[in-house]
Amino acid sequence: MTAQPLLDVHDLTVEFTTRRGIVKAVQHVNISVAKGETLGIVGESGSGKSVTSYAVMRILDRAGRIADGSVMFSGIDVKAASENEMRDLRGREISMIFQNPRAALNPIRKVGDQIEDVLRQHVQSAASDRGEKAIEALEQVKIARPRERYHAYPFELSGGMCQRVVIALALACNPQLLIADEPTTGLDVTTQKAVMDLIVELTKRRHMSTILITHDLGLAAAYCDRVVVMEKGRVVETAKSANIFARPEHAYTKKLMRATPRLGVSLRDLLPEEEVLASPRTPAVMAGLDPAIHHSSEGSSKAMDPRVKPAGDETKSPLLLVEKLVKEYPRQGAGAVLSKLFSRKPPVEAEVFRAVDGISFTVGHGESVGLVGESGCGKSTTSMMVMRLLDQTSGRIAFDGEEIGAILPQAFARLPLRKSIQMVFQDPTDSLNPRFTAARAIADPLLQLGDVKGRDALRARCEKLAGLVGLPVDLLDRFPHQLSGGQKARVGIARAIALHPKLVILDEPTAALDVSVQAVVLNLLQDLKASMGMSYLFVSHDLNVVRLLCDRVIVMRAGRIVEQGPSERVLGDPQDAYTKELLTAIPHPPLPVH
Amino acid sequence: MSSVAPAAEPVGPARTSGLSATFEHVRYVLGENRVTAFAFGLLVIILFAAIFGPYIVPYDPLASDTAAALKPPSAAHWFGTDQLGRDIFSRVIVATRLDAFIAVASVALVFLMGGLAGIAAGYFGGWTDRIVGRIADTIMAFPLFVLAMGIVAALGNTVQNIIIATAIVNFPLYARVARAEANVRRNAGFVQAARLSGNGEMRILLMHILPNIMPIMIVQMSLTMGYAILNAAGLSFIGLGVRPPTAEWGIMVAEGATFMVSGEWWIALFPGLALMIAVFCFNLLGDGLRDIVDPQRRT
Repeated sequence: MTAQPLLDVHDLTVEFTTRRGIVKAVQHVNISVAKGETLGIVGESGSGKSVTSYAVMRILDRAGRIADGSVMFSGIDVKAASENEMRDLRGREISMIFQNPRAALNPIRKVGDQIEDVLRQHVQSAASDRGEKAIEALEQVKIARPRERYHAYPFELSGGMCQRVVIALALACNPQLLIADEPTTGLDVTTQKAVMDLIVELTKRRHMSTILITHDLGLAAAYCDRVVVMEKGRVVETAKSANIFARPEHAYTKKLMRATPRLGVSLRDLLPEEEVLASPRTPAVMAGLDPAIHHSSEGSSKAMDPRVKPAGDETKSPLLLVEKLVKEYPRQGAGAVLSKLFSRKPPVEAEVFRAVDGISFTVGHGESVGLVGESGCGKSTTSMMVMRLLDQTSGRIAFDGEEIGAILPQAFARLPLRKSIQMVFQDPTDSLNPRFTAARAIADPLLQLGDVKGRDALRARCEKLAGLVGLPVDLLDRFPHQLSGGQKARVGIARAIALHPKLVILDEPTAALDVSVQAVVLNLLQDLKASMGMSYLFVSHDLNVVRLLCDRVIVMRAGRIVEQGPSERVLGDPQDAYTKELLTAIPHPPLPVH
Repeated sequence: MSSVAPAAEPVGPARTSGLSATFEHVRYVLGENRVTAFAFGLLVIILFAAIFGPYIVPYDPLASDTAAALKPPSAAHWFGTDQLGRDIFSRVIVATRLDAFIAVASVALVFLMGGLAGIAAGYFGGWTDRIVGRIADTIMAFPLFVLAMGIVAALGNTVQNIIIATAIVNFPLYARVARAEANVRRNAGFVQAARLSGNGEMRILLMHILPNIMPIMIVQMSLTMGYAILNAAGLSFIGLGVRPPTAEWGIMVAEGATFMVSGEWWIALFPGLALMIAVFCFNLLGDGLRDIVDPQRRT
């Protein structure tokens, strides 16, 4: 570092006062950002990467304080600055893009007005041309028809659009430093690419410095000059992004890199080395499973032989057959409501929106099929209908030879078939009842549909299931909020497999997890499938993960299937333009040198 | 305590035993929040008076002694005596049981009616929602106290009817809160998961959604408890409700009110004070109770 850095964080320690005493969220962190540089801060949840950036902006919670160290921003001591000075600094000199763009925008105000607010706050322009400036800002973030969008409310815009507006807000006053805190988490890959390209383009053009906070090594590698890796509140490695991928030095960096799904690796490769070596995992799972199978096969008359050949039992009919499935929703624009109120005429025919538009596919016994697409493509709606949580408009769904499409969702809950189709939900936190302990959550399906009688037997089953999914038994009495994300995911999986289902729908089961946890959970799912002979329908937008876990892939777009086939073929040699677009949008980290 | 990063692992041992952990948690909440601790202190006193009142008071609350009528507070009669020479201290203490009973019973009743109707409205939506909503709107259209008066006047002048009237008057409050809370959760992931586990809709409502709404309902119950006491006392004050010579704060204030002009202030003051303290206590209690009941708050 030759010149004076724009931002210099020296020996920063941030403490939080909690009920259990003082917690040091960030310890002795040194970070510097030069003018015009893009710095990536990479780490898993709880690594202190966000807290560091909050300390720089001095927007820590009331419980938190900068205990030690200094933060210098272009000659200003942030730690000593008055609240007035800071308010001036924020927005004008340092601005921030938050993770959830929708939450960052005021839902009941027009986006144009919100941009004008920032301009007004920092006296950047005269009142007369403020509107023009706001439109210009929207133009710069490449929002089509900015003059119309100026009058749009956040809910009228898509997630990617909202994030563009947030970027426009952040850049409205030409700050010197932009802090982007997971700016693309929750956005589709193609949108992610567009948003990241936009951020880099705009900041480079203005010679701004950027701090990109992310959990995605690939993203950091693709867009940053330098990368800082954080673990448990400490910086473990700082290097040029090209170097860090070629020669990771710290063990944690290596572990993170290993765990990131990428081309040319298998699921096992994601696990840390020591775990792969000392992993007689599958036998252990099998041993733990046997009694569990005995229990559940008593209940159902059909043979649920775990030793059923996984994958390809071509003679039999497929486990799940979906044919010409359609789901329509009435389109509820303001116009439709008005016409309903004021005119007696029946609404025009085309007032429906086809979320799922006549799709057909099969899932074989023991097969795992990936259902891929961007948000709004109808993949979740499809899984809900297969799950019988939602009624379809038309089309048929056959499961194991039985027509389940005709059964109403309300009636399906009490049928024995319910046992055979289970689901692992996307958000492990949301899908666990906050008032139920882990044991109670796992026991719920057993109580309702299982044949386990008595408290002790139930407890024994729960402990067995916990063992299967690798959840320590002493955690069973905790409530969801006392568990980490990975542990909650395991509870969700244990609940789904408790009844020994034939088909499990996995709705982005790892989307909310850190990469290292994701690696473990994916391996766990793979092991369970192999040992229990289940079929998976894996709903995801993450093609790298799908590639690893699935035999076959279905690519959906706007309610239709654009391409399906074996994973290798579809993802290795895509035929459809849309599949190609999806694949190129994934940020690829360079392969580690072995 | 430990210096790990906040989200790494939930710190602390798993709950060693349910009861001691709960006790520990209550102590923490009370220690953190002095106002709640004070309110709890008041509650303990009120409960003590309600349970043991009749056995510890120095005089029979109904025994009149005309020789000692209208005596101001003294060492023998701490709160003085009323126009029939009855000891006001004894009467105030003994009345706690009746007033607390009316409040608790009416709140329990309204929780069963309004709370459950509201949860069902929020969860099922559609016609259930419309019907419950219109009932609540209809009740809200009346001035609440006048409505309570009307109900008691129509049904008859008994404790039971006071309880029913107070419950009906509070119905909209409960139905609305419960409806809003249930509505937010009706499509939550854990509700879907419960469906997959084979739970029927009623079961989901009672076993999955209701427990999640309890913290907020308990706050609501604590707040309306104070209102219920006031309402019962108010009804008694205007002559509907509990009849003399029963010891009840509302009647005692009503009886004492006529003597205020002639200077015997103590007859109305002390029962009024008791009434105020009870209402104050329940109103303070609300937030503290939520902290204790909600498991999310214990980390």
